[in-house]
Formats: sequence, structure tokens, C-alpha cells
Amino acid sequence: MKTFGTSLARGLGAAVLGVLLWQAVVTLADLPRFILPAPLLVAETLWKSRVLILENAWITLIEVLVGLFLGAILGGLSAIGLAASPFARSFLRPMLVFSQAVPVFALAPILTLWLGYGLWSKVAMALLIIYFPVTSAFFDALMRTPPGWLHLAQVMGADKRREMWLIRIPAALPGFASGLRLAAVYAPIGAIIGEWVGASKGLGYLMLLANGRAKIDLMFAALIVLAVMTLLLHAAVDRFCRWLTRHS
Amino acid sequence: MEYGTLSMRPAPSLYLTGTARIGGARIFGPLSLIAEAGQWTCVLGSSGVGKSTALRILAGLDQDITLDGEAGAGDGLPLAGRVALMAQSDLLMPWLDVTGNVTLGARLRGEAVDLERARAVLLRVGLGEHLHKRPPELSGGQRQRVALARTLMEDRPVVLLDEPFSALDARTRADMQDLAAELLQGRTVLHVTHDAAEAARLGQRILLMTEAGVDEIAPPAAPVPRAFDAGETLAFQASLLRRLMVTQ
Repeated sequence: MKTFGTSLARGLGAAVLGVLLWQAVVTLADLPRFILPAPLLVAETLWKSRVLILENAWITLIEVLVGLFLGAILGGLSAIGLAASPFARSFLRPMLVFSQAVPVFALAPILTLWLGYGLWSKVAMALLIIYFPVTSAFFDALMRTPPGWLHLAQVMGADKRREMWLIRIPAALPGFASGLRLAAVYAPIGAIIGEWVGASKGLGYLMLLANGRAKIDLMFAALIVLAVMTLLLHAAVDRFCRWLTRHS
Repeated sequence: MEYGTLSMRPAPSLYLTGTARIGGARIFGPLSLIAEAGQWTCVLGSSGVGKSTALRILAGLDQDITLDGEAGAGDGLPLAGRVALMAQSDLLMPWLDVTGNVTLGARLRGEAVDLERARAVLLRVGLGEHLHKRPPELSGGQRQRVALARTLMEDRPVVLLDEPFSALDARTRADMQDLAAELLQGRTVLHVTHDAAEAARLGQRILLMTEAGVDEIAPPAAPVPRAFDAGETLAFQASLLRRLMVTQ
């Protein structure tokens, strides 16, 4: 746990430094509170509006977690499908690449139109934004199974599906894990964009609302909660990934 | 409990004649190579002479090789399903324990896993205390013992060895040579090596493979594995090395 303690100490150190810089900018430049509120004011607002912020953070967290879960499953299955079938590769891979040519952000209004203002349009945004990194990282790893293992399997008379399940997938788990780690950082972006386009709840919605009413301190408070949430999510996913690749 | 039953069919002889190319570049040939039924044949040659390519053709791993000639079993039946392969790298799966690695072939084919026999085989190769360790916990010699156990577990009449002991230290190598010679007895073994000492110890027949083709060299009369320190073995090793130097 020494490394965890060290990284925690470093993180806290960086946070303290950031807050000091922030306060220095506010004091030295004499910025008005509707441009950049002082850290203390934001902390005060964070505490006073904690119920409001947590209620909305909860909604965003659910969107992110459902999106991450579905995106990981869908991305994982797509990668396996692509790796297993040259036919699927020749058809779906160009489509996959083309889909990346459309900025996912631009799809947000359409998703809101189709799926409504509730949970699912945000889940779909989070899912879309993480689908490609998960699929491509896992797929690349699935296509790079060490040839010696595949030769051994072939001489053993392996069935192709069993070879996939017993050799190629376990060997590619580190690739899947690196896709998931990226996804943990991207998924909140998707959910927030979804909320900006149309929502009645969530941290993204709260930030827009606070901005519209010139409650910049509340906007910053929501932003800080969002950042902490993303960090915790990343740490949790990282832990899971370490467990997943413990024998790789 | 038997650890190697040779239950399938009597071990066939192997033959390979012709010229092999990969992507238009000649790898070896024209040559003619025969491994007699139930005998341990060493193919001795320097790196790049095409020994491993010859082995890959017989193992059925010839997707990218064009053989202008013929290869197969002397009994005319297909080799697929009758061959086991042991390579220089142990090719163990790090996510499986020792028992899991030894029984991988059965699971890849969807057959019932005979854990009793796996245990017996592992006891026989001296790994009785490591049944549930994972490869990273084992030494190089122990890992190669697992690979030998996996080969025995496959119980194939033909065993192809691609320099399986060359990465081991001298003492471990000698131990492994003894163990393999004892346990693979009765099978048709084709053993590719660049080590004259190894060929002198193990070969019941010795084929010297050079750019010019394949030459058979009569080994000492002593049964294999020959003592590494016997004058006869050492003198033969020296003569092999001399031949190897001259023909380059």
C-alpha cells in the first residue's frame, strides 16, 4: 500500500498547489466572482448546495456506469466478433472507422430526439464515445496472439471457438483493460454532453443551469464534484483491470 | 497409472522431400529427409539452414510455406492428429496453472480432461509438488518439464522437437535430455537442434542438414541417452562439429 499512499500524497499535494494558484489568480487579478469565484466561496457553495449537487451527481453517475458497463460489453463482443470472422472484418471494420469520422458530439441532439430527455440518451452518448476505444484496443490485442501459442493450438487440433475462448481472449485481456481505462475517462464526457443537449437532471444540466443564472460558484462546485467522480471511477476501473490481468 | 500409453496407432515413419520456399525465397532443398518409425532422429544444422521450416511442414504449420515436393507419414495416413510439438519456448499460458497447461489440449478439442493422468504425468516429470503453480513461479527447467508433460499428455505417436532444450543451462539441459529420451521412447521423434553435443547424446539416427542437402551420419552404438562424458560420445560430438564446420 506504500505506492497507493505515495500517489495519494502526491495527488493531494498537486490539489493544494492548484488551489493556492487559483486563490493567487483571483487575488492578484482582482477577478469578480461571476468570472472566477475564490476557492473558499466555491467550497462554501459546495457545502451549502451539497444535497442539490449530490442528487444531480447521482444521476450522472448512474448514466456513466450504465454507459460504461454496456459499452464495455458491446465493445468486447464486437472485438471478439471481428477477430473471429474475416467476413465481419471486411464488412464492419470500414464501417467502424467511418463511424469515427462523425463527431460523436454531433449525434447528441439526434440521440436526445430519439431517446428522450431521460437516462437513455446520456447512456447512449457515453456508450458511443467509449465503444471505439474499447473495441479497437481489444481487437488489436486479439489479433496479436503470440504465433507460437496458435501453432501449438493448431497442432493440438484445437477447435477455433475454443482457441478463441481459451487462448486468444485471455491473452488479449491486457488490451481490453487498456481500452477500459480509457473508457473510464471518456464515459463521463459522453454523459455530460448528453446532459448539455437536453436534460432535467445531472451535473451537466446543473452546470448549464448555474451558468444561466450567473451562479458561477455553483458551476465550479459541480465541476469539482464531476472531476472527483471521474478520478474515483478511473481508480475503480484501474483496480478492476489489475484484477482482470493479474495473470497476464 | 500410465503416463504415456501410445494407445493410438504404431508410430509411423516420416518423410520430406523437395524444395521449400517462403514468399519466393528458397529456404531449403532440394533434399530428402526420412525419420524412421519409433526412432529418435536428430536433424543437426546451423541456424538458417531450414531445419525449423522442415519441422513446421511436418507439423502442418505450413500456411505460408510452398513445398515443391512431398511430406507425410510412411503409412500413408494423414499426420494431423498424430503429432505433438515441443518448441524452444515452453509456450505455457501464464494464466493457467501447471495442471491447466498440461490439460490444455483436451480442453481445446472439447474432450474430457483426465486429471488423474495429468497428475501421473506431472509426477513422472518431477513436478508433483508444483501441480497448481503458475508458470511465472517456475524456473526455466521446470517450465520445460511442464512442456514435456504437456507433450506426453497429448500421447501422439509422432513428436517434433524444435530445439526444446537450447535455452536451458548445461545441467538442466542434460537432465531434460535424459528425461525426454526415456519418456518419448518408442515414438517417432524428429528433433531439430544446432547442438552437436545434444545430437551425439540423443540421436538414434543423425541427419546433418546443410545448404547442400541432408547427410546421414552413423552414431555410436551405445543406446540413447548416451553418457555426456563417455569418450565415445565426446569423440562423436567432435566429429559432428568438424563436419558442421566444413560444410558451411
